[in-house]
Amino acid sequence: MTALLHSPLDACLTLLALWGLIGLAGLLRPTSLRYVGRTLFPLGALCGVALAVVALTSLNAPPERSVLIVGLPDLPMHLRRDALSSLFLFLLGSASAGISVFAAGYFRRGHGTSAGLLCLQYHIFLASMGFVLLADDAYAFMVAWETMALSSYFLVTTQHGLGEIRRAGFLYLLIAHVGALAILLAFGVMQGGSWQFTFDAMRAAHLTPASASAAFLLALFGFGAKAGLVPLHVWLPEAHPAAPSPVSALMSGVMLKTAVYGVLRVSFDLLGEPQSWWGIAALSLGLFSALYGVVFAAAQTDMKRLLAWSSIENVGIIFTGLGLAVVFHGVGMSALAALALIAVLYHTLNHSFMKSLLFCGTGAVLHSTGERNLGRLGGLIRHMPWVAWLTLIGALSLAGLPPLNGFVSEWLLLQAFLFAHQVPQTFVNMLLPLGAAVVALAAALAAYVMVKFYGVIFLGQPREATLVRAHDANVLERIGLVWLALGCITLGLFPAQIVGALRTVVRQVAHVDLPNPAAPWWLLEPLPGRLASYSGLVFFAAVTVVVLLAIFGVRLFYHQRVRHAAPWDCGFVRLDPRMQDSAEGFGQPIRHIFEPFFAMNRELPSPFDRAPRYRVFIGDRIWQRLYEPLGSLVQRVADTFAVLQQGRIATYLLYSFVTLVTLLAVVL
Amino acid sequence: MRPIEIITQLLELIVALAAAPLFVGWINQCRAWLQNRSAPSLWLPYRGIRKLFHKDAVIAEGASRLFRLAPYIVFGAMVVAAGIIPSMGTRLPLTQVADAIALVGLLATARVFMSLAAMDTGTAFGTLGARREMMVGFLAEPALLMVIFVASLISATTALPAITEHLATQTLGLYPSLAFTAVAFLMVLLAENARIPVDNPATHLELTMIHEAMLLEYSARHLALMEWAAALKLFNYACIGFALFIPWGVSTRGSAPVALLASIPVLAAKLAVAGALLAVLETVSAKLRVFRAPEFLATAFLFAVLGLLVHLLLRV
Repeated sequence: MTALLHSPLDACLTLLALWGLIGLAGLLRPTSLRYVGRTLFPLGALCGVALAVVALTSLNAPPERSVLIVGLPDLPMHLRRDALSSLFLFLLGSASAGISVFAAGYFRRGHGTSAGLLCLQYHIFLASMGFVLLADDAYAFMVAWETMALSSYFLVTTQHGLGEIRRAGFLYLLIAHVGALAILLAFGVMQGGSWQFTFDAMRAAHLTPASASAAFLLALFGFGAKAGLVPLHVWLPEAHPAAPSPVSALMSGVMLKTAVYGVLRVSFDLLGEPQSWWGIAALSLGLFSALYGVVFAAAQTDMKRLLAWSSIENVGIIFTGLGLAVVFHGVGMSALAALALIAVLYHTLNHSFMKSLLFCGTGAVLHSTGERNLGRLGGLIRHMPWVAWLTLIGALSLAGLPPLNGFVSEWLLLQAFLFAHQVPQTFVNMLLPLGAAVVALAAALAAYVMVKFYGVIFLGQPREATLVRAHDANVLERIGLVWLALGCITLGLFPAQIVGALRTVVRQVAHVDLPNPAAPWWLLEPLPGRLASYSGLVFFAAVTVVVLLAIFGVRLFYHQRVRHAAPWDCGFVRLDPRMQDSAEGFGQPIRHIFEPFFAMNRELPSPFDRAPRYRVFIGDRIWQRLYEPLGSLVQRVADTFAVLQQGRIATYLLYSFVTLVTLLAVVL
Repeated sequence: MRPIEIITQLLELIVALAAAPLFVGWINQCRAWLQNRSAPSLWLPYRGIRKLFHKDAVIAEGASRLFRLAPYIVFGAMVVAAGIIPSMGTRLPLTQVADAIALVGLLATARVFMSLAAMDTGTAFGTLGARREMMVGFLAEPALLMVIFVASLISATTALPAITEHLATQTLGLYPSLAFTAVAFLMVLLAENARIPVDNPATHLELTMIHEAMLLEYSARHLALMEWAAALKLFNYACIGFALFIPWGVSTRGSAPVALLASIPVLAAKLAVAGALLAVLETVSAKLRVFRAPEFLATAFLFAVLGLLVHLLLRV
């Protein structure tokens, strides 16, 4: 036990193994919801908390290594924990703790896969994400990465009875593997002819600029596919709605972040000296993803699909910051590179909490109403106050409003953009302000999306009669939601402390650092002397004081009389819930303004229709222009080779014989 | 915190709270003169607010707590915003914890709460107003941010007092970048404060209204707070404009405490001129169709980005 306390790496490994054991324990009584839900999932959550604590306390510890004696002969698994791993392990532990508690109350009978099997897949998924973060050679990394992809595939297809869900799962698996292939190739380039696949060998390898660039681009492609960077985003809006809500939360909140970890690891640690044009590539892709994602999110009518698109936006913002950091790093502006990297890590943490919170919130709504379609929801704040108020925190965070956490990372990123004008290349200099404009636009649009999301689900009149029977979340679900909401609030109110912790990571990974702060503990001043400072705590206190003064002032000086009356109906006979904006209606201005983004198909009624219907279908142009031709090309190639497929053993034996003879002829 | 800082801070808050309705009254008066009407009293907005505070609040059936909380949050946000903008003095302790980006965030918070409250009652008008408000907001907010960025780049800081001080001490010259952004800012000001050509504050005509549609369900003290907050918002925007484009006459860091007193009449003069100009602008322009509002705001956004590019190209 004392040995574990001295070595955080061993403690982390023990906790990951415990997750595996908890998963296996689920198989003992796979159909007992009480055993799996009320015992194993909360235990998993405790493991998560422990992991978060271990990771947080080891943030300042020097890197440590260990070798696992498992794997292929002569290929043991190398593990290493440094500050970057610790940070992401903290994210994994703390976010998954909330999600696991929520999941404990969430899974009920009739969810396709039995509870015990689900428990196994879920905890293997968690443990494999932990191993991805600890792996120190390509072999261990790929094994963990593939385990992660496979276990999440099974989680996505929990309700495998539905064809739609099987299709979503297939798409996810396909893109995950195309991405994994690219990552594998990236490792192949990075070993640089030494044929040693440990990360140490890759750090030591001297790559030519061309092969380093090739490795970076392959890694960007591979990790981008996992993160959902446009144009590799197509699986996200399909897989997230298909998965059960806690799984969507885990995938969006945590799994996407392993891809961010991967890019950071490759570009700053393994490749060492990133070139600044890589940054331009990541920056452009990130900006495009951010805008594309948020515009599509505004047009969605399915609440989980909306959140999935919003994840694409946030990944875009993260990659934008990453690109910015690489650009700064490349031109040797280390303080600004540190600032941009801190913004990236901060936003990564933020997004994992707020998006998990929102996905869990939609899960609770889905449970009590059975509806994912925004057009059939409404007014739930009256029937599910816990879920509604906690989700409000997540929605406001995601909208980037102060004093919550989403604002802080945006603030840091905008600060990084603002002082970018000293970059020597004029071209980059011109590009960066445009980037700032796009980030500002995406942030403002995110607020639009969140007002739509929250307003249509929780506010207004219920759009269906059955909604009045909606019930609030159960105790375990509430605990999970409160945990995640507290995460959002803490990250928002104490930015200076968190930036202080993130500096350790940035210093160790990219060898850049911010100047030491001269500000008091409650004030965030990333670049002293720039006169740019922010304090979430004092800001919140100021607004709260004014609001309370207003409330008590009004109470003191005026009366408290309130009457209730029907809302103003403009003189019509009755006010119908259907007179409210639908989800389509709320998204209409965005569809109108950003029309070129969408492949829209409208069915307009003619004046003579007996039963007029107005329908609009929104498609993704990237799917139509890129994936459909690609799919049909693959199909054609496969059809050509299908001639070989005869279905008779004799023919196949002949093929083998001919191949053998040909090979012999070549060799001899 | 030195006493002068506390005095400046309190003075800013009190002047903003007290003068905001007067500014609205003054604009209305100018507008009435320009339109050949007999002008209403300058104090009418105050009387309106007082009258509303004394009335019984009527709350729509089924409205949630959010609906009743929102006016206080919107009002609180606007008051704090008034404390961040250096309208009279730059020695503001609050600006240390919230810079210009936080100010934009604060204004966005108010907008989001107002829109959510409008959606809460579930009437056709409420949601319509909320949607249109967010439509205006999502273009106006980045435009305002870009305007502030230009000033930040010129003065290498995002703290508003430092920006004002820097711009006030520069030699008097025409900044091409600021000229572009001034146009953008004026457009944002009109749109964000529900003025013609984007919205008409004097009408309840259902097809065109944005701001009033959101307030339709509010009454009595809640409406009073919302009206007061709207007046404060206009006042704040005017003061942002002063801080960025006519920063002179503000009591700065080095000046004597008496300068703070001298800055009150300066602010009054600026507001009087700005109010009159606003009334002229509103009188000579026509209201746009709602669908044209995004084009108007996109123009504002592009002007602001153009200002940014001009600044980076010309280095001024």
